[in-house]
Amino acid sequence: MNHESVNPVPIKHRFFTPGVIVLVIIALNGLVFLMGRFFFGLGAVTNLNNQYPWGLWIGVDVAAGVALAAGGFTTAALGHVMHREEYHAVIRPALLTAMLGYTFVAFGVFVDIGRWYFIWHPLIMWNGNSALFEVGICVMIYMTVLYIEFLPIFTERFIGKVNLPGLLSALNKPADKILRFLDRGLSKTMFIFIIAGVVLSTLHQSSLGTLMVIAGPKMHPLWQTPVLPLLFLLSAVSVGFPMVIFESLIASRSLKLRPEMHVLSRLGSMIAPLLGIYLAFKIGDMVIRETFVYLGELNTASVMFTIEILFGVIIPLRMFLSPKVLKSPPLLFTASALVVFGVLLNRINNFVVAYTPPYSAESYFPSFGEISVTVGFVAMLVLAYRFVVLNFPVISLPGKQTAQPTKYSIRGVEK
Amino acid sequence: MSGKSRRDFLKKTAIIGAGVTGLSASPAKAAPKNILSADRMGVLVDTTVCVGCRNCEWACKDAHDLPAGELFSYEDRKPMEFRRRPDHTALTVVNEYSRGKNSNLPVDVKVQCMHCDQPACVSACIVGAFSKQENGAVIWDTDMCIGCRYCLAACPFQIPAFEYDKALDPLIMKCDFCFDRTKNGKLPACVAICPVEALTYGPRSELIKVARNRIKRNPDRYVDHILGEHEVGGTSWLYLSSKEFKELEFPDLGNNPAPGVSESIQHGIFAYFVPPVSLYALLGGIMWIAKRRKELKEEEHV
Repeated sequence: MNHESVNPVPIKHRFFTPGVIVLVIIALNGLVFLMGRFFFGLGAVTNLNNQYPWGLWIGVDVAAGVALAAGGFTTAALGHVMHREEYHAVIRPALLTAMLGYTFVAFGVFVDIGRWYFIWHPLIMWNGNSALFEVGICVMIYMTVLYIEFLPIFTERFIGKVNLPGLLSALNKPADKILRFLDRGLSKTMFIFIIAGVVLSTLHQSSLGTLMVIAGPKMHPLWQTPVLPLLFLLSAVSVGFPMVIFESLIASRSLKLRPEMHVLSRLGSMIAPLLGIYLAFKIGDMVIRETFVYLGELNTASVMFTIEILFGVIIPLRMFLSPKVLKSPPLLFTASALVVFGVLLNRINNFVVAYTPPYSAESYFPSFGEISVTVGFVAMLVLAYRFVVLNFPVISLPGKQTAQPTKYSIRGVEK
Repeated sequence: MSGKSRRDFLKKTAIIGAGVTGLSASPAKAAPKNILSADRMGVLVDTTVCVGCRNCEWACKDAHDLPAGELFSYEDRKPMEFRRRPDHTALTVVNEYSRGKNSNLPVDVKVQCMHCDQPACVSACIVGAFSKQENGAVIWDTDMCIGCRYCLAACPFQIPAFEYDKALDPLIMKCDFCFDRTKNGKLPACVAICPVEALTYGPRSELIKVARNRIKRNPDRYVDHILGEHEVGGTSWLYLSSKEFKELEFPDLGNNPAPGVSESIQHGIFAYFVPPVSLYALLGGIMWIAKRRKELKEEEHV
């Protein structure tokens, strides 16, 4: 088998830099407000009320978090299902982002629900009519799948290198045996989890769009449409690769690595068609429901909608069509960041801006506490990502060729 | 590649498929019950009769163990100067609007849960804690609630409230149609205390007849509309008014049940798990073909 240049290694770099210390401070600030939420209730930290039951935490931490973790399933579909091995270099970083992303989505849900100690209830109390139930169950299963998909990276790191301290060192051998057993079992069954991951993702990415359909006329007609689930799925699919490019370029900059431009450019060339399909459905829906009339009014909704479509879809779509953009790291980064921004804004618009309940006294704007927690979660995620890539074989160094076996190929069909 | 391992692959795929399909029977069974009994009860609110004494607010709090204060304190007209909404301290409130047609008196409107026939909260609740009861009440099981507040987002009348100020055990609060009283044959607390009989409790079908009759006999007094007869698929609470309901700040909702669209999307995506299982099979097929093609190419090179 040809393994090309895929050679994931733990990156050698120090953990703390001035930027990292800033992130730590932001994370700690978030934790302070989180303590307030758990000791004094949601009302003490958030601006949520009976009129606006969902705010920044559901819109960004949960909805946008799930969407921006879509790189995990889109690269898995490309690299493993379609078996395009040239993309294997980006699969592990995308998988790590997805795994950490969903972990923080789970944290987001945990802090937002009022009775957090009953978060396990949906596992045994089922309501098949509820879109939220479907999202919850799919996210829980998918998160498990992501951790299973990550396990080979864990075993690869520790097989033959188990070195427990002190008295625990007696367990070194059994631990190594367990790891080897896991590795063998996983390589034979991994394709089951990979396909399941893709199916689960398409399900809950779209169901996340169904969530707000039941709010009916409480949602601004620019966003409220029965095709919301399709729009959510298409936007998630089109933000997958931009997110991978976005974080890959940030990581290589921060860790002083050469950007993997040969892979990223090729990934970038696939974004324009995906964005185009999304834009076509979005515009088509607007034309069919004749909601473009609302763009004539000048208000928050029409401005936010225009920003979302123009800067989040149309401009990056045009950029990704240009070969010059695909070859230049700064331009590729800008275009990808715009798509990421567009989908983030779309989720905020759907869950926060579009939600205009009939009896609201004043409109909702997130409190300092809510923003602190959200930003804190992002900082924690970045720190966790940094820790993992410095300690586990996630990022591939270009050029070096070794005989590392490619994980996650269909090992069930060996020669 | 040998034929055996190819069979293995297909077998494994089939087992997963079967496993996923096996799950499908349960959620349908576990969906919350939504009983639409033909003789479900309702309340007819005649806003042309209501004098805004707010005794119902007191009785409601009293019946639900909420701090109610003294009954005479409700004679204070101060709260009527601004619009209020039901919340966790008051499951029903009375708002006052300017006078209606052919009358010099202000219009008073009691607000509480409408107890929809097709409730959005029952459909939305992630754990299925809400249920529509045989006597018309939409109630919920507090012990199941996880506090996600999706019912607040879903409710077309914007009724459920949440205790945001409690760190532990915050509750969802709304009118429960005095379920503990009505299931034992008693009247809802607000209906029992109303001194002017603005509230009539009875079988919903009878109440609609009563309401039609009143409109017919006094066409000058009422607008020709029973709010709740058809709105969002019908509600247990029905309103008569001397003014357009829009002027009384009732939301303009149309007659389709609130959970209709989302439930058909939801059931369309799942449809006995056929779409997800087909997708799984399709992806499995693509994966196998892609892998096989790659191997054939490599064999040629060798």
